[in-house]
Amino acid sequence: MKRIDRRSFLKVSAAGTGGVLFSMYFEPKAEAQGRGFPPPPPPNPHTYIMVAADGTVTIVAKNPELGQGVKTILPMLIADELDVDWKNVKIEQADFDDKKYSGQIAGGSTATPTNWKPMREAGALGRAMFITAAAQTWSVPESELTTGSGRVMHKSSGKSAGYGELAAKVATLPMPDPNSLKYKDPADYKIIGHSQTQYDLHNIVTGKPIFCIDMKLPGMLYAVYEKCGVFGGKVVSSNIEDIKKMPGVKAAFVVERPEITGAILPQEPGLESGIAIVADTWWQAQSARKKLQVNWNEGPRATQSSVEYAQNAEAMSKKPPQRNLRNDGDVDAAFKSAAKVVEGGYSYPFISHAPLEPQNCTAWYKDGKMEIWSNSQIPQNARKLAADAASLNASDVTLHMVRGGGGFGRRLMNDYAAEAGYIAKQVGVPVKLLWAREDDMEHDYYRSGGWQYLKGGVDASGKLIAWHNHFVGFGEIEGNRINFATSSAMGATEFPQRFVENYRLDASVQPLAIRTGALRAPGSNAFAFVVQSFIDELAHAAGKDPVEFRMAILDTPPPAVPPAPAGGRGRGRGGFGPPGLNAERMKGVLQTVADKSGWRKRNSLPKGTAMGVAFHYSHQGYFAHVAEVKVDSNKKVKINKIWVAADVGRQIINPSGAENICQGAVIDGLSEMMYQEITVDKGRVVQTNYHQHGMVRLAQAPPQIEIIFVKTDNDPTGLGEPALPPLLPAVGNAIFAATGVRLRALPISKAGYSWA
Amino acid sequence: MAYKLNVNGQSHTVDAAPDTPLLWVLRDILDLRGTKYGCGIGQCRACTVHLNGKAVPSCQTPVSVVGAQAVTTIEGLSADGTHPVQVAWMETDVAQCGYCQAGQMMAAAALLAHTPHPTDKQIDSAMNGNLCRCGTYLRIREAIHKAASAKTVQTAQIAK
Repeated sequence: MKRIDRRSFLKVSAAGTGGVLFSMYFEPKAEAQGRGFPPPPPPNPHTYIMVAADGTVTIVAKNPELGQGVKTILPMLIADELDVDWKNVKIEQADFDDKKYSGQIAGGSTATPTNWKPMREAGALGRAMFITAAAQTWSVPESELTTGSGRVMHKSSGKSAGYGELAAKVATLPMPDPNSLKYKDPADYKIIGHSQTQYDLHNIVTGKPIFCIDMKLPGMLYAVYEKCGVFGGKVVSSNIEDIKKMPGVKAAFVVERPEITGAILPQEPGLESGIAIVADTWWQAQSARKKLQVNWNEGPRATQSSVEYAQNAEAMSKKPPQRNLRNDGDVDAAFKSAAKVVEGGYSYPFISHAPLEPQNCTAWYKDGKMEIWSNSQIPQNARKLAADAASLNASDVTLHMVRGGGGFGRRLMNDYAAEAGYIAKQVGVPVKLLWAREDDMEHDYYRSGGWQYLKGGVDASGKLIAWHNHFVGFGEIEGNRINFATSSAMGATEFPQRFVENYRLDASVQPLAIRTGALRAPGSNAFAFVVQSFIDELAHAAGKDPVEFRMAILDTPPPAVPPAPAGGRGRGRGGFGPPGLNAERMKGVLQTVADKSGWRKRNSLPKGTAMGVAFHYSHQGYFAHVAEVKVDSNKKVKINKIWVAADVGRQIINPSGAENICQGAVIDGLSEMMYQEITVDKGRVVQTNYHQHGMVRLAQAPPQIEIIFVKTDNDPTGLGEPALPPLLPAVGNAIFAATGVRLRALPISKAGYSWA
Repeated sequence: MAYKLNVNGQSHTVDAAPDTPLLWVLRDILDLRGTKYGCGIGQCRACTVHLNGKAVPSCQTPVSVVGAQAVTTIEGLSADGTHPVQVAWMETDVAQCGYCQAGQMMAAAALLAHTPHPTDKQIDSAMNGNLCRCGTYLRIREAIHKAASAKTVQTAQIAK
């Protein structure tokens, strides 16, 4: 992925209407030039801002929008520095174009940190040029000019001109030096830091067809795609000839793909074997599919089960680990000297992303080219997979980015785009592939389950001195390394590594029949539960206040970080503990959440009601949560309130959206905590729909979720993910404080808990 | 089979198999794509519409049982987004992805038509069928209270 940096620069040019276009170029990669390659042809400019002669301002939103609010916040950055009124800004969604745009991706909470500077730069550059245009027109010094609401003003003469009036002149000006640009004092922001309703909200509340599933083209057909429940299963025989005769069915065909071998599945296997059915309406295609009878060759994975996975894990935990991933200090000696040693085996299940809009993709193959309409989080990969499936070059495929009904990481993967591309090539007319909900739940890239067998030691003063984790997951041994299932690996730098002098992380793995992938806050969504729950166990063993015990860990001057050994390797996003945790920032949010929640007065809460605390660092965000929870004798749990203290830097770009997404992350975490579990039997996923993979409903949502943003002088970072991980241990620790029962396995409904 | 339907005050004749859910008639035949498919088993209620003013999951409503009942979809809630529920949803900036919100608003509108000033408990009970995967429930609650306090609630319009 190209990054916008000093090698990128801006251009201006005239627009057809007498307006002006501000465009951004990306220079070729320096590495390529450095090796003596001739420079590639200059990339095409891409329009970020268009100011029409009538003053209308149009700003392009380049990233995929799936509910995270990026279509609104990136244009906000431009508009404020451009100094135009937000109400006069129109936003246009970009298509995917890797020659024009950089970083068209929705993943890793990266949109804010990677775009904070370049988007403001684009706006500030535009503003500077309008000032220059006015100064030249009026023959006055630029220093005497001010801007506001899309106008340039000269106070002493009373002259003023709208940007639209100056646009034709701006198009003739040279580009100013980006280093000379003046940025607004944040105190002068009129858009950034002020709540803006998300741009598409009116279309949402009036039911406009703006989602990917709403695509409709003239003559469009509808497709479904039946796959074996066991990954890689192949069609041996079927009644496809009968299916072709069913009402509305236009085509039905078997797709055969090469076998994929290996102990774990590749990250994105692409088109899978199956049967496509294409009909005049989706209901006709789906009705025909219900009559489909297939004799599958399910292959070697059909013997695996969750029961067996758990048995294997338990057995492995009692054997020496297969590989060591990190070994700091002398853990064994530290345990011998410890005043208290605590052991606990934790586990977490596979879970499904289950975004509410089922997977879909519309594709149209015509004359050797293809257009697709996609809500992918990585449109580049969607285009590639669709192109591969249709035996085209990616450059022959145009991808239109359409709003997605949630992503949560599922749409980082693009199997449905591959299916749509293949089917579109076969039928030669526009076709919308739509998965049923059951397809989505049975063919996800699941958050990996796992087991962690922990041992911790505190000394006589109550200080944490030793930590050992035998991580038991999924993967295959490759020489001296482990190739973990995608997004499942615990990294060698996961907290509390660096904050415990004696720290050892070992790992063992077993094969896995199902696909795994990144789910919102990948890795962290499971690891925070394990680590922060176990820290709580140690705090209680040490007789310490859980907040003070954590502060003491964060106060430990970190020893020099030994280089990570090469024992472990994970693929895909997430799975690696971020090495950059800044203890001061974490202490800041921990102190804030303790103060705001009244942590010190928690002993005055009624019997059966208690508080739990946890923190976690992920995606450059510092988060600490306190949960106040009431538990009755029937294990009915009521969340009274959740406090979230967050440090994502000095500026919250859109406070309304920021609060909304953090509250949503808390609700999401509660769903994972209580209900969600995907199990495997006979090599296939058992759960089919929401009734077996529950979500928090309105009646169960906490009455209050208070989000407190702690501002520190750091560049802003993202919010899509880091607000989730601490929720689970905070609630688990509160349940312990209320009942004395330590929950070490997710989801907690399996231990008899339910919402009050 | 041909079915005569009354949708958003307009009469339509559609040709569909009797078991075709109203959801798919609305979306794929009548081009009313504001009503959303989420689960197909009445678990998420993204597909909520009104039948004679009552909120129902259209994925669980075969076209053959609709008959002369008045169908109202999100497109028919108001001509231009001015229904108090829509106004409150805008003012509260409720949505994240927005996919469930048509169903949420239809459920809320039906609640307010019968219970103009619902308590939190009544809201919980009426809205508990509608899933929001993004977790915007606190704002949904807030927006319903806001819509209830708006003096412009017109039950006749909601029930239309």
